Amino acid sequence: MISLEINGKKYEVDVSPDVPLLWVIREYLKLTGTKFGCGVAMCGACTVHLDGKAQRSCITQVGSAQGKKITTIEGLPEDHPVKKAWVAEQVPQCGYCQPGQIMQAAALLSEDPNPTDEKIINFMKGNLCRCGTYPYIKRAIKRAAKEMKK
Amino acid sequence: MTRREFLKKSLAGAGLTLAVSITPFGPRLLSAQEAEKGSFSPSVWLQITPDNIVTVILNKCEMGQGVYTSLPMIVADELEADWKQIRFKPAPAGEKYIDPAWGMQLTGGSTSVRHMYEPLRKAGAAAREMLISAAAQTWKVPVNECLASQNKVHHAKSGRVLTYGRLCGKASKLPIPKNPSLKRENQFRFIGTSTPRLDIPDKVSGKAIFGTDVFVPDMLYAAIARPPVFGAKVISYDKEAAEKVSGVYKVVPMDHGMAVAATAIDLTWKGRDALNAKWDKGTHPDLNNEALEKTFLDHLNKQGAIALDKGNVKNALSQAVKKIEATYILPYLAHVTMEPMNCTASVSGDRCDIWVPTQNHSGSLQVAEKVTGLKVEQIHIQTTYLGGGFGRRGFVDYVEEALQISKATGKPIKLIWTREEDIQNDFYRPYNCCKIEGGVDEKGRLMMWSHKIVAPSVFEHFAPDRLKNGIDPAAVEGIVNMEYEIPNLYVEYVKMDLPIPVGFWRSVGNSHNAFTKESFIDELAHAAKKDPLEFRLSHLANRRSARRVLQVVAEKIAWGKPPKKGQGRGIALHFSFGSHVAQAAEVSVNKKDGTIKVHKVVCAINCGPFVNPNIIIAQVRGAIIMGLSAALKERVNFTNGGVETSNFDNYNELRMDEVPEIEVHIVRSKDKMGGIGEPGLPPIAPAVANAVFAAAGIRLRHLPMIPQTVMEATKKG
Repeated sequence: MISLEINGKKYEVDVSPDVPLLWVIREYLKLTGTKFGCGVAMCGACTVHLDGKAQRSCITQVGSAQGKKITTIEGLPEDHPVKKAWVAEQVPQCGYCQPGQIMQAAALLSEDPNPTDEKIINFMKGNLCRCGTYPYIKRAIKRAAKEMKK
Repeated sequence: MTRREFLKKSLAGAGLTLAVSITPFGPRLLSAQEAEKGSFSPSVWLQITPDNIVTVILNKCEMGQGVYTSLPMIVADELEADWKQIRFKPAPAGEKYIDPAWGMQLTGGSTSVRHMYEPLRKAGAAAREMLISAAAQTWKVPVNECLASQNKVHHAKSGRVLTYGRLCGKASKLPIPKNPSLKRENQFRFIGTSTPRLDIPDKVSGKAIFGTDVFVPDMLYAAIARPPVFGAKVISYDKEAAEKVSGVYKVVPMDHGMAVAATAIDLTWKGRDALNAKWDKGTHPDLNNEALEKTFLDHLNKQGAIALDKGNVKNALSQAVKKIEATYILPYLAHVTMEPMNCTASVSGDRCDIWVPTQNHSGSLQVAEKVTGLKVEQIHIQTTYLGGGFGRRGFVDYVEEALQISKATGKPIKLIWTREEDIQNDFYRPYNCCKIEGGVDEKGRLMMWSHKIVAPSVFEHFAPDRLKNGIDPAAVEGIVNMEYEIPNLYVEYVKMDLPIPVGFWRSVGNSHNAFTKESFIDELAHAAKKDPLEFRLSHLANRRSARRVLQVVAEKIAWGKPPKKGQGRGIALHFSFGSHVAQAAEVSVNKKDGTIKVHKVVCAINCGPFVNPNIIIAQVRGAIIMGLSAALKERVNFTNGGVETSNFDNYNELRMDEVPEIEVHIVRSKDKMGGIGEPGLPPIAPAVANAVFAAAGIRLRHLPMIPQTVMEATKKG
């Protein structure tokens, strides 16, 4: 049995400890906001927070996530400045990569509430978006940063 | 989401339901009862329920292009609805929901708004008139004293008001107006505005349901062991070992490979590994990048089919004072939608359910009939959100697989491809190789253009009847109808037959043909010692819309003034999917390492009347980024008769650090309504290649413009 704490809730899952955290979150626990994109940490669609830090859940073994606070897109408050900015800037197109983008951006802003353009780009460039919403993502992060300063 | 949840969401109480049916005489409105009779094929419904909610039923899928917002806007406008009361519901697959212009239920070709604009306006207007009549009858006042606004009908004289919810029962019993009066453009309240997208809140919260997010009671997962190279046959595999893996339910032989069904997704992969399948070398062991290039170049010497022969190019060539010739090569590309191919299917003796992110409802229905042997009315298809489409989801191969495995196991099956399967089993954007000759006269006017295209056919397998006289329309689109006024124009197509599957990739043939056409016209301009913008304009005397987008782009990028030091500027024009698009790019080139930096892109689009400008700008920006990614980075590699490229670590895409500043200008016009999803893509590759030439004097004729290509072209001079 694997014990997990996701979004403040405790789960017990009967799964091998080497299964990627992504699949446990999605397919065992049905928290489907976290997405599968590549399985090799090259696209960021699966990004979640482990103890507040952005992690690629597709290469994180579920066993190693025990004892850590896991946050998924569903656990990020609806009034979180990043989520609000994503709506205000009308970021998503197909939307599939966006939970990962949002989790990555939220981690950035908790680490640096006032990131430069360069910092935003360097922190976000591991997250792919095939629809090409990058200019909107950048704008939304700046909006969220401004909102957080208030 | 279970089927029950889907139904719960879609069940509606008694109310007014309207459908639009297309008869040979044009669109005709039907009441729900008539539509149920099925004598016509209604394409779209709107539904108003006693809770005063207006539900728009969408026969097009949402893959990012914004139709779950733009289509409801069209209905809401004519209906005089309150936007807060608007809901939407994806239509299932069915005859009733076919696209009236196509006769099938398919999303693609940048047509959703173009095809549904008139039918949806009529549906909204008819409902409005019926609701007004219902109110007038209730109050016993003349219809012309009643006014619809914000989901209500008002009677100003008496100050009485009734909501659509209150009126819908009565309205549903009234005759449907044959020719409801449509609003004038200056009366629009939604059309033409940047109304926020209806799908965005769920896509931000994580609640949006994509194909991979579907759960069905008792379902199993499946994974498929696939031939690693084209045409490979299995030599051996260990079925028993796979079936011994805990959780594995069954090994199912497939047309190409073996599927493993198991109780959890990770167990399907364990089972697949345990199969330890061995394959032979396939049918084309010598196929690789080098062999492909050689084959395509060799085919330039073969006689093809003549797609266009205007004037006399040979004669004109002999008279030209300046002649040039160039060969261009473009690679195979993958779609790499962020959501890999997937499908959930449940097949039993008398019923089939499919939950799938598809662009092709009709095709999914057909393949389900074929695999299950069931009747159409026994097949139920629900479309989820699509995590990207770009043409890939017009194919139904993954639907067929899920159906076959469900049929063989008797269980609902959720099939999710890995990224490696997705990249290696795509219907790729075709490779393309062109040889072009052009000649100008002493005044610098284009006399002739001869364009030979070697490319695989995308229509050959998908819709073979579209090939006429050996010409695949996608292979020559944008060339045979190019806007430049050239007295002698010859276009020849050599169909290339290879085992590599090809398909529709955002903007299809236009993405090749804009690159070769707009690069070559630039080469001709330089050969004629003319400014590339002026040269283009001088061959567009009677093409007002094309000239206009070029002029807007030139003005916005300050074409007449020199670019920043070290930068070069390039321009390109292309008409596709009914829209005129021009783009200009500013780039710099590092000649030491061959890297290109794109600093800025300016785009002008004329798509005629439009529905939602913010969505247009987002689509065009996205198309530019996808086109730039293809131009600068993307290529599928082949080795030993199969696909070598496997995941994002070797299929390179543009990332945030490489995205330039992008400005999009919508040019307003009274032209016919054009498409939006695709036309923004084709001009970017040539705009960048032309800018590279302006910046560094290097003419890039091979895509992608990776450093190696740039260095090779530099060496050649």
